[in-house]
Amino acid sequence: MKRAVFRNRLLPWVLLAPQLAVTFVFFLWPAAQAGWQSFLREDAFGLKTTFVGLANYSRLLDDGEYLNAVGVTAVFSVSVAVLGMSVALLLALAVDRMVTTARGYTTLLVWPYAVAPAIAGLLWWFIFNPTIGLMPHVLGLMGIDWDHSLNGNQAMILVVIAAAWKQISYNFLFFVAGLQSIPASLREAAAIDGAGPFRRFLTITFPLLAPTSFFLLVVNTVYALFDTFPVIDATTEGGPAQATNILVYKVYVDGFLGLNLGSSAAQSVVLMAVVVALTVVQFRYVERRVEY
Amino acid sequence: MATIALQDLGKTYAGGAPAVSGVSLDIADGEFVVLVGPSGCGKSTLLRMIAGLETITTGQVRIGSRVVNDLEPAERDIAMVFQNYALYPHMTVRQNLAYGLKNRRMAGAEIDRRVAEAAAILEIAPYLDRKPRQLSGGQRQRVAMGRAIVREPAAFLFDEPLSNLDAKLRVTMRGEIRQLQRRLGTTSVYVTHDQVEAMTLADRLVVLNKGRVEQIGAPLEVYRQPATVFVAGFIGAPAMNLLNAAREGGAVVLGGQALAVAAPPGAGPVVLGLRAEDLHPASPGTPGALDLAVTHVEELGAQRLVHGHVAGQPLVAAVTADLALADRLALGLNPRAAHLFDATSGRRLA
Amino acid sequence: MVERRPLLQAAAHLVLILGVLIVAFPVWLAIVASTHPQEAFQTGLIPVWPGSHAVENYSAMLGQGLSNLGAPPLGGMLWNSLVMALVIACGKIAISITSAFAIVYFRFRFRMLAFWCIFITLMLPVEVRILPTFKVAADLRMLNSYAGLTIPLIASATATFLFRQVFLTIPDELMEAARIDGAGPMRFFTDILIPLSRTNIAALFVILFIYGWNQYLWPLLITTDEGYYTIVAGIKRMAEAVDAIPVWNYVMAAAVLAMLPPVAVVILMQRVFVKGLIETEK
Repeated sequence: MKRAVFRNRLLPWVLLAPQLAVTFVFFLWPAAQAGWQSFLREDAFGLKTTFVGLANYSRLLDDGEYLNAVGVTAVFSVSVAVLGMSVALLLALAVDRMVTTARGYTTLLVWPYAVAPAIAGLLWWFIFNPTIGLMPHVLGLMGIDWDHSLNGNQAMILVVIAAAWKQISYNFLFFVAGLQSIPASLREAAAIDGAGPFRRFLTITFPLLAPTSFFLLVVNTVYALFDTFPVIDATTEGGPAQATNILVYKVYVDGFLGLNLGSSAAQSVVLMAVVVALTVVQFRYVERRVEY
Repeated sequence: MATIALQDLGKTYAGGAPAVSGVSLDIADGEFVVLVGPSGCGKSTLLRMIAGLETITTGQVRIGSRVVNDLEPAERDIAMVFQNYALYPHMTVRQNLAYGLKNRRMAGAEIDRRVAEAAAILEIAPYLDRKPRQLSGGQRQRVAMGRAIVREPAAFLFDEPLSNLDAKLRVTMRGEIRQLQRRLGTTSVYVTHDQVEAMTLADRLVVLNKGRVEQIGAPLEVYRQPATVFVAGFIGAPAMNLLNAAREGGAVVLGGQALAVAAPPGAGPVVLGLRAEDLHPASPGTPGALDLAVTHVEELGAQRLVHGHVAGQPLVAAVTADLALADRLALGLNPRAAHLFDATSGRRLA
Repeated sequence: MVERRPLLQAAAHLVLILGVLIVAFPVWLAIVASTHPQEAFQTGLIPVWPGSHAVENYSAMLGQGLSNLGAPPLGGMLWNSLVMALVIACGKIAISITSAFAIVYFRFRFRMLAFWCIFITLMLPVEVRILPTFKVAADLRMLNSYAGLTIPLIASATATFLFRQVFLTIPDELMEAARIDGAGPMRFFTDILIPLSRTNIAALFVILFIYGWNQYLWPLLITTDEGYYTIVAGIKRMAEAVDAIPVWNYVMAAAVLAMLPPVAVVILMQRVFVKGLIETEK
């Protein structure tokens, strides 16, 4: 809170106008539309619209495809977060030991942040291409038959790898920052107390990294829930047989391709509720960190 | 150059107690007035009301012949030196000095002339092309002063400008500010919580407490004749000893013992104020002497401060360093050096 | 801390080298693929060492594209992506820094309401409100236009918060000194606040440029005229063709070109980007 402020009355609104205009027209209004639409149902020809209350929501609960998408999303998000974070933590711990080479390694590890999720999906799709891809060939030598266009589990593995790969650099940077913020004196004290590197990691570093890890968990969940749309769309398109049809992809498919507006809107609203919950969690945590 | 007149000035923040109330003060042209008091006494608020950085709830501020209550700070013809210097970190020293002049659309040649002149006065010419972060604390302080000087304003306002400097530099800069102000003859209002700084700089002191003026006067006058218990305890180091006493039969009585201090007429308890340096060792048993139960001693080199209790109340006495010390020390006092205050109102009696 | 554990140190190097290789592996294969003729992908295994057709593949993609497969020359798509990324990055920075200035340095009615309106956009990713947003853009006749590609994405709560945070750390006295020096609000904004936010602006620019460049769903929906295709969204249209005709060499050349600008920006501005990223999320 600033002690002294300018007194103008009109100027702040002029300064805020562009941001507020875009926010209203492209964020709040469409969100409200989605909310309203979720209570309506259109007939097949788009001629008649009726108010149906919560029917669109209750239908979701009975919809096997939707419940399947919830399960797929859960498996997908947890896998992406765990894979992306554990690889990144390992790399961050290794880089934290480096003195002269840390910067060089960091440069070599950060750039995938800039790769579009769609491109990441495309690259891994190429590697795992069942006919000419490198990985199916290698797996074939090990006796594993790879075809993600037929095998749902394999399709899931493909999208998880593609989505996590892109996120490694982001997680890595935050883990490095988290490690650097742990006072060296703490680890030195533990070393003087006779704790070896592994013991120090378990008793000092890991607990003190908890805030960073928690923060990254939330961010990675949001990423897996929403920002991975292009990964799915560029690779499996939700298939085979709905095996990789995550919620955000289903909203798009049902709304844009299936033109099931009411259901799509209800799904949107549910997803918005999830984002709100995650945002609240994230901010409460931020507040706590300020106190710490 | 101008006079500054404050008339019954008050400031109340929304939903809060008054921060400043009923302050009236006439500052003469060229005078150096120091506002002093403990933190939260309203001295900074008062200064910022003069500057135009705080709105005025009641009363009037005049600078020269103009009432400035509703003028922007820039229109009041004042310059301010801030506690943390508030130098623009991305500008060079030269740009810092010139910024206010440029905003006033002054001609380039005149800006250059004034910047050069201020730089010469403050001996910062070699640093004109450096950024503030490349300067030491003292140099930054000078640049902050320079920014005030180039404006050639009607008044300088100083908001604890030395409190970020180390003790030694503070003494040097104190002297420089005083010399500079004498030389330029610019009316100045200076805020500090440091009573030594206040004593050494001021033509006149304004002692503030809880948003109200306790006393206005020349430094020595305030030191010798503190108007209230608060001023007595605040001005002077070590702080004046303040003892709760009674008056009986025309004398001041402390712990049942009548002292050689005449009580002013009236009844009710009094506060007896004694400066440490006004107490001197006496031979034990001298009538009217204070019997100090010594707890500890602070060595200051030339003198030592003896801490202890008299009649259960804490007391400090300054004695010469060669005095041999025992558990008890008899202290004589000069009746004329005793200050007496009404215990309820805190006002000075006689 | 000085500690001599050569074995552990060697293990750490090993982990990092492996990590670098894993991270680079898919991109290496893409680059390799983009240097081989089309025949290399007819049968058998994808090549792992560079071939000799780099110049042919890239010039073909930049010049002609895959017109028979519905992909225009990449030159135009790269240009569209550049316009989109630059407009989004600069636009977000511009409207966010003025918003933060209004919220921090002024007191006015409904100030907190304005703040919450901006805050709430954080909770409404484009993917979850895609249909109604598309409809608004269509009603405003923004389909197939640069305005449609950029303006709906230009509001930014994150950038507004970052600037708010930056402004809150700037000492009050600086603004007071500027007021005494005769600077009004806009002069204070341009002379003091913007120069003091320079590094934050640069860091944010990197992050937002990447954000804009990598947009996928929105340009996919809003453009049907190939003159407005962006490269990241355009690649999808190309890749769909690959199942029929294995033109992997061309598709991977396009992928490499699509990655190049944002990756170059991150590497060139690594220091400011890393610092900015960590601060943005605080």
